[in-house]
Amino acid sequence: MMVCFAFFAQSIATNQNIQWPVVAQYLFHPDILSGLGMTILLTVLAILIGLAIGVILAIMRLSSSRVFQGASWAWIWFFRGVPPLVQLIFWYNLALLIPEISIGIPFGPKLAVWDTNDLITPFSAAILGLAFTESAYAAEMLRAGIQAVSSGQVEACATLGMTRGQTLRRIVLPQALRIVIPPIGNDTISMLKFTSLVSVLALPDVLYSAQMIYARTYQTIPLLVVATIWYLVLTTLLTFAEHAVEKRLHSGNRTSLRDMARRLFAIAPFRHQKELAQ
Amino acid sequence: MTAPLLKVEGLRKSFGTHEVLAGIDLEVHEGDVMCIVGPSGSGKSTLLRCLNHLEKPTEGVIFLRGEPIGLRWKGERLYEMTFNELARQRQKMGMVFQGFHLFPHKTALENIIEAPVIVKGVRVETARAEALELLGKVGLSDRADYYPRQLSGGQQQRVAIARSLAMKPELLLFDEPTSALDPELVGEVLATMRQLATEGMTMVVVTHEMLFARDVADHLIFMDGGVIVEQGNPRDVLTRPRNERTRAFLSRVLPDAA
Repeated sequence: MMVCFAFFAQSIATNQNIQWPVVAQYLFHPDILSGLGMTILLTVLAILIGLAIGVILAIMRLSSSRVFQGASWAWIWFFRGVPPLVQLIFWYNLALLIPEISIGIPFGPKLAVWDTNDLITPFSAAILGLAFTESAYAAEMLRAGIQAVSSGQVEACATLGMTRGQTLRRIVLPQALRIVIPPIGNDTISMLKFTSLVSVLALPDVLYSAQMIYARTYQTIPLLVVATIWYLVLTTLLTFAEHAVEKRLHSGNRTSLRDMARRLFAIAPFRHQKELAQ
Repeated sequence: MTAPLLKVEGLRKSFGTHEVLAGIDLEVHEGDVMCIVGPSGSGKSTLLRCLNHLEKPTEGVIFLRGEPIGLRWKGERLYEMTFNELARQRQKMGMVFQGFHLFPHKTALENIIEAPVIVKGVRVETARAEALELLGKVGLSDRADYYPRQLSGGQQQRVAIARSLAMKPELLLFDEPTSALDPELVGEVLATMRQLATEGMTMVVVTHEMLFARDVADHLIFMDGGVIVEQGNPRDVLTRPRNERTRAFLSRVLPDAA
């Protein structure tokens, strides 16, 4: 096993076709770094928007209204069923289906009209496709998380005179979100990799930036190695972050989510929030 | 005699075909402590949970100060309230559970101020001051910033009592408050409840603690098979039970008293 690995490592290290000097030359190339920024931005936005939609979907799924349940089920069925690549291309070509988008009274006057082609850029198409895919998965996880919060919590809220909305916002959702942090971390790693699909929309993420360069220089393999290295770096960092968060959650002395976020990011908005709360 | 604070009329509750409560009538007067005892499965917890409509009665009405719980007059007819209408009535009836049900993601203090701030709109500083006072009352002033998992069962239950009191209820319901506790922790919770009783809090307590019932209750109810078998002054019921079922139950739970 070790011998096989050593042989494999040696053959990669000495393979002339990889051209390690070229890899080193482009690893911190400005185009690659801005592509890296795009990849991170897409991942963060897709996860955050997906989570926000997912919360709404999970609540609809668990509501007593058949209409809400059905709508949520249909959304999840559709966006979990259609491959993200197909969705990206579809959203990008939305103008072919719906030439203009308007806000107004149905069948009545329109208050505002936009040309779909102005709204759908490669970036917005990418966000729509990736966030909607994520929302379907997040919704199912959150539903399980909400159901895992004990019914005693809901009863305690009821006896304190809290309304359904107050119970959900203040007591059930904060606990459900803690439960789904590990799977959300997992999803974030998947999402990071899914963002490479946006290269079909000519959106300059890490992969597309690398492709642009090797289209010019024909140094295909070295630039793919550059992209690979960056993906591995990001997924490794995310894995570490995930383990840190999970350890925190599983340790006997759990701190609040706010404390945890403050420690992870140590940024001003959280401090401000704390002051407001006191 | 004054009008009762709580009045139950013809209460029945069935789960499917199984009738758990088969017609209950009772009255609780302001400042009274009522203890409900009986073998498991006798319906005593269900009765308590019907009082604040955690369980919807199949039949019968519960009145708090003459106002029907969970029902609303609309012209000549009574309608079932929505959850959020019911929430307003539930503020007046606190409940303490066997399993505490503290909010695990909030500290003791945050547990206590949650409902006053969110439901009643009390200012955070005011609520904190009141919560600290309540923590002092249940003997946990030094545990304000502890999370529930950092507290013992007895401490958690005392925080839960403080949490209920923070809403300034007219009536407190206790559902076997000491049954989930280690024996050595039962005393501290009972002491807190005793103190509340002497302060004039109206309480309905489902319990297995016969000594507490004997010493603290103004009125004792013995339930079996979904009905009230015997009731009255706790000393009379416990020492001179008239009904055979009461006698059988007491001889099981109080072997030396018989």
